[in-house]
Amino acid sequence: MLAHDTALVFGRYARQTLRSRFQMLFGILMPLLYLLFFGPLLTDLPLGSQGSSWQVLVPGLLLQLGLFGASFSGFSIIIEKQTGVIERMRVTPVSRLALLLGRVLRDALLFVFQSVLLVLTALVMGLRAPLVGVLIGFAFVALLSVSLAALSCAFAMTVRTPQEFGPAINAIAMPSMLLSGLMLPMALAPGWLDVLSRFMPVRYLVDAVRDAYIGSYATSSMLYGVIVAVGFTTLAVTVGTRVFRKAGA
Amino acid sequence: MAIISTAGLARTFQTKQGPVEAVRGVDLTVQPGEIVGFLGPNGAGKTTTLRMLTTLLAPTGGAATVAGCDLVREPGRVREKTGYVAQSGGVDPTISVREELVTQGRLYRLTKPQAIARAEDLARELDLTELLDRKCAALSGGQRRRLDIAMGLMHRPEVLFLDEPTTGLDPGSRADLWDLVRRLRDEYGTTVFLTTHYLDEADALADRLVIVDKGTVVAEGTPSALKLKYGGSIDATLQDTFLAITGRSAPPQDTTPVAV
Ligand SMILES: Nc1ncnc2c1ncn2[C@@H]1O[C@H](COP(=O)(O)OP(=O)(O)O)[C@@H](O)[C@H]1O
Ligand SMILES: [Mg+2]
Repeated sequence: MLAHDTALVFGRYARQTLRSRFQMLFGILMPLLYLLFFGPLLTDLPLGSQGSSWQVLVPGLLLQLGLFGASFSGFSIIIEKQTGVIERMRVTPVSRLALLLGRVLRDALLFVFQSVLLVLTALVMGLRAPLVGVLIGFAFVALLSVSLAALSCAFAMTVRTPQEFGPAINAIAMPSMLLSGLMLPMALAPGWLDVLSRFMPVRYLVDAVRDAYIGSYATSSMLYGVIVAVGFTTLAVTVGTRVFRKAGA
Repeated sequence: MAIISTAGLARTFQTKQGPVEAVRGVDLTVQPGEIVGFLGPNGAGKTTTLRMLTTLLAPTGGAATVAGCDLVREPGRVREKTGYVAQSGGVDPTISVREELVTQGRLYRLTKPQAIARAEDLARELDLTELLDRKCAALSGGQRRRLDIAMGLMHRPEVLFLDEPTTGLDPGSRADLWDLVRRLRDEYGTTVFLTTHYLDEADALADRLVIVDKGTVVAEGTPSALKLKYGGSIDATLQDTFLAITGRSAPPQDTTPVAV
């Protein structure tokens, strides 16, 4: 039943996304601008890592795309609460977990699709990276999308007015982006900033993807990245499920 | 065997201004195939009662069974057997009528061919066939309401809850809707529990009225029994009867609120 219901909910939202080219491409705008107008500035800078500056920047932009895209995913819930769609679905026997999973899987697929477009553009700009590394990068984007979308949807279910939602998400997403070293590696940071950034889950993900992009797969960064990504996803989906299960949410 | 029965069903909301006792102990019994009008002024607790009976809201007191299933212990089975049309509907304006109907059927575990066929049957019955491929946003008020009701009927529920089904409709659409509700009962034996604050609607449609005010049931009976008891004669208008019961803005000759 869970698989049936999840596929059904996923299908509903996936069709909605496919009908809207705007929704399919909007999330890619910001990382694309960074790629085009910020990327070239880095080409001759010493970034304290192996490989080219593109191998440092592109992993950061991929996770930035997932970070911003998925943390605003709950916005659609706010709209659906207002149109009564959420209640209308919750009154059917559909699995509560499926109502969450169907959505977040759509998000994961959407952001991976956008990531592919971003990587293709980066290849034109001069990125060179091993295929396996690139695929690992997409897997991390998917995990980040699932976890943040689950938390965002859970938050949207509990928030009373749409005005509370946007500012709260921005206030979390912006510092997360800066403190995770998405633009430039935290290896360049002074000690205190480096320490602070270790509290951000996304920091471990981006370090892992940067390793993957230079073809080093058996590193401690990769191990930490996998542990944090899987752990965070498990936690987020658990929290999301709780909120979706609770009557009256 | 009653198809809906509640005992002391209650719901208190905790708000920043303090607790709001929206429903304070409602006792109800509805027989299979009845059309019951749940009548009361705005804020009486009608929507809150319906949201509890459809498992959307956990009661803070009392107990209820709907279609033979306990509301709190077997919410899943209650959902399978009931349909609910909310006061403000619940379709996505960007999705087509057909897609909303089919997805709704599948959320109720119909197979895809079953859902497609049911959507077409209901569209025919509710005069929506021409509109199946339109976006929900492109429907008029009456069309939207018929769609909302079709959504609640996709799985042929035993019990249908309608929250103010005709609010905002023109007289023609209202009459059509009344016909539809009667047909549902006559053809499928569906039990219909509907809220309204239109007295003529309650009078025309319901076999039995349950009048609520301030979260409690203040009177119940057939429209004519209520008229006789509270309005003074079987020819009394339901308007006078209602005012006599709720004690609200009663006509000058009848200023003492009737104790019930
Ligand atoms: N979620 C809620 N939080 C706080 N108060 C509520 C909530 N829902 C309804 N109420 C209050 O409960 C009372 C009954 O509301 P409702 O059931 O919607 O009445 P009706 O449908 O009869 O107009 C009203 O005073 C309303 O303000
Ligand atoms: Mg109401």
